[in-house]
Amino acid sequence: MNKLRMRFSKTGRAVYISHLDLMHTMQRAISRAGFSLKYSEGYNPHPQISIALPLSVGMSSRCEIMDLRLNEEVSFDDFRDRLNSSLPEGIEVLEVYEAEEKVSSVKWLRVRGTLEYDDRDVLQVLPKLTEFFERENIPVMKKSKRGLSETDIRPMIREIRFSSGGEGIVIADALISAAEPTLNPDLITAALVTICPPIAPDFASYERMEVFKPDMEAFR
Amino acid sequence: MDKRLKRILPRVQKPSRYTGGEYNQIIKDKEAVDLRVAFCFPDTYEIGMSNLGMSILYHTMNSLDFVWCERVFAPWGDMYEEMKKAGMPLYALESGDPVSEFDAIAFSIGYEMAYTTVLDMLDMSGIPLRSEGRDGLLPIVMAGGSACVNAEPMAPFIDLFLIGEGEEMDNDILSLLHTAKHEGWSKKEFLIKAAQIQGVYVPSLYEAAYNDDGTVKAYTPRDGAPARVLKRIVEDLDAAPYPTDPVVPSTEVVHDRVSLELFRGCVRGCRFCQAGYIYRPIRSKKPDTLIRQGIEAVQNTGHEEISLLSLSTSDYRPLSGLCDGLLEYCEPRSVGLALPSLRADNFSVEIMEKIQKVRKSGLTFAVEGGSQRLRDAINKNVTEEDVLNTCALAFSGGWNTVKLYYMLGLPTETDEDIVGIAEMSEKILHCWRVNAKNKNRGVRITVSTSCFIPKPHSPFQWEAQITQEEYLRRVNLLRSSIKAKNVVYNWHDAETSVIEAALSRGDRRMADVIETVFRNGGRLDAWTDYFSYERWNDAFCSCGLDRDFYASRERPVEEVLPWDVIDVGVRKSLLLREKERAYRSELSPDCRKSCSACGAAALLKGRGCDE
Repeated sequence: MNKLRMRFSKTGRAVYISHLDLMHTMQRAISRAGFSLKYSEGYNPHPQISIALPLSVGMSSRCEIMDLRLNEEVSFDDFRDRLNSSLPEGIEVLEVYEAEEKVSSVKWLRVRGTLEYDDRDVLQVLPKLTEFFERENIPVMKKSKRGLSETDIRPMIREIRFSSGGEGIVIADALISAAEPTLNPDLITAALVTICPPIAPDFASYERMEVFKPDMEAFR
Repeated sequence: MDKRLKRILPRVQKPSRYTGGEYNQIIKDKEAVDLRVAFCFPDTYEIGMSNLGMSILYHTMNSLDFVWCERVFAPWGDMYEEMKKAGMPLYALESGDPVSEFDAIAFSIGYEMAYTTVLDMLDMSGIPLRSEGRDGLLPIVMAGGSACVNAEPMAPFIDLFLIGEGEEMDNDILSLLHTAKHEGWSKKEFLIKAAQIQGVYVPSLYEAAYNDDGTVKAYTPRDGAPARVLKRIVEDLDAAPYPTDPVVPSTEVVHDRVSLELFRGCVRGCRFCQAGYIYRPIRSKKPDTLIRQGIEAVQNTGHEEISLLSLSTSDYRPLSGLCDGLLEYCEPRSVGLALPSLRADNFSVEIMEKIQKVRKSGLTFAVEGGSQRLRDAINKNVTEEDVLNTCALAFSGGWNTVKLYYMLGLPTETDEDIVGIAEMSEKILHCWRVNAKNKNRGVRITVSTSCFIPKPHSPFQWEAQITQEEYLRRVNLLRSSIKAKNVVYNWHDAETSVIEAALSRGDRRMADVIETVFRNGGRLDAWTDYFSYERWNDAFCSCGLDRDFYASRERPVEEVLPWDVIDVGVRKSLLLREKERAYRSELSPDCRKSCSACGAAALLKGRGCDE
């Protein structure tokens, strides 16, 4: 069978499942649903299953992409429905189709941030947030395998808009670079915390909304 | 989700263990149930979710329509600190509701080092630690599990103990609590009635008296409580509830697999082994039941491995047929089969070859004692010949790692026995040289020792534990006796063992020590990360109790023991006879060769032991 691609959401309590645990959880769910994953040939066979853009722990998503190969022919809708009844709370397969586009063609990601301000007036914060992201450079310290290094995240943010989300809440809608380079949205919060604490939220969480190709066409 | 929790979780390690939401978790409508049970495991999620008893009882309690039972585990240190800082109480995983809102708080206590964590979980829930500090009927705090066969050290904290197997007993008590809640009984009224249920021990209905020398004088029951509490069992394991749809953790846990329990009890009667006595009589499941349950559980969980559990798997008569039956399903689906607790014999190697076609894990032998004389004294029916023959077969079959477990400080042990451990390792090394297929791969022999802990309800319940200094002397003797460089020696430090020895044979006064340790920051004491020897020793001092009185004092056989109030079904006279035989290095035949008339068969109504 050809490579299957599925778009799934990861929300609620499931956002705390790590990338590695999610791979395992998916494998078990596929097995519970009565399907068998195809294994690679070779000395150390591994199941043919991969996730396009690993999601950080704590972040939710409506547009996760997973590719896999099965040993049998399946109908896409049947596969989706049976898998959905085998998944833990918070993970839902939205669509299953044959993988045509290369995962490497993913470039942009739309994210929605929920910025929580415990005792500040968001209407006063809003214009300052917009102003902050009009800067030419936004240097942030980023942890990597080689230690701390400074990165300018400004070029990785194609658009960012803020709106009020009710009392104490600011909603951020941003289009950020998903690959080469990858921007972890948590760095948006980190930038505010280090450079401009007065408008830094008390807590922020992000959700992936949609992935795009370099020409801003939706990735499938 | 609680707003505080949402802010904490991104900062802690492995947050998914604190959220619930796993596949197969049981969700009910809290408005539609009458009784909410917080089933607390006094250790981490990873340990608790690996526990078969927890999984069984979660399902049996939830099988009652009027009950919603939810899981609660102890948070690791980072989460603990964050919860304290945020003022968040302990909560149950399924609903996220605070434990203090529940009607019953039920602990599963499998080992003594979990005692401080029980107190910690009560405290994190905002529930008074001592039973006498909780006036109302609800929440009722109960505990079961193998550490409760001596309930005394925890007696002041727990309203009632459930002794033995919980499948039926837990539901009996919940039904009674249901009535009590409905009819508005007082706590005292409920406890007096509860004490009439077989297996239920209500410590507040027993007055403890002590002799001048500090030993126990008597436990006097009142309000109709039985003089001795007889443990509960389930008679027919084939009919007993076994969940084939257990909760599947979304993160890695210690035993991440399907567990099938072959039988309860053990035919061997090793004299140091508490489990070998307290789980009697022997009751097996039929292979057909196990195969059906195993297949169903794999289908419902997606697990990649089935583990066969028992105290001595080689003693399961239809083992070979069971493995064949399971392999028929498992092999084509790449589901592995694991058999811990095999004996050192040829049969085991055959079985191992059958189940480990692809990957060969190491061989592990629990030899326990270094000489035949000592092994006879502890009734460990393993001979050097058995071990060497098994090793020869295994080495020629391609295995090249052997792990050997021993205890130091067993009653009657001499220096000669200790040197015997080193000699046996040399013989195994020689055996490898003679039999190994491919010597280029080398061999690794690991010897591990732990310090023997005398346990209640075993024939060694009266024995003294050796002191820490003496344990270290024996460790050093063994170290200097092991010369071969392919033999690696690991030893457990004795500090935890000393405290465990004191706790496991403690009386009711020990509760003060446990509470003091907890008040001074003790929790998760089963973890070396958190255990503090100093904190325990300080607590003994400040409570005026002598640690060594409990750990390293030999008890006269006529002394009243704190656990005499608990009857696990095995006669004390049998334990005594076994103790005496130990001192004569005299073996007792296993239960199948000759029934020792231990008394446990009387717990069965409709069948005989091991039938």
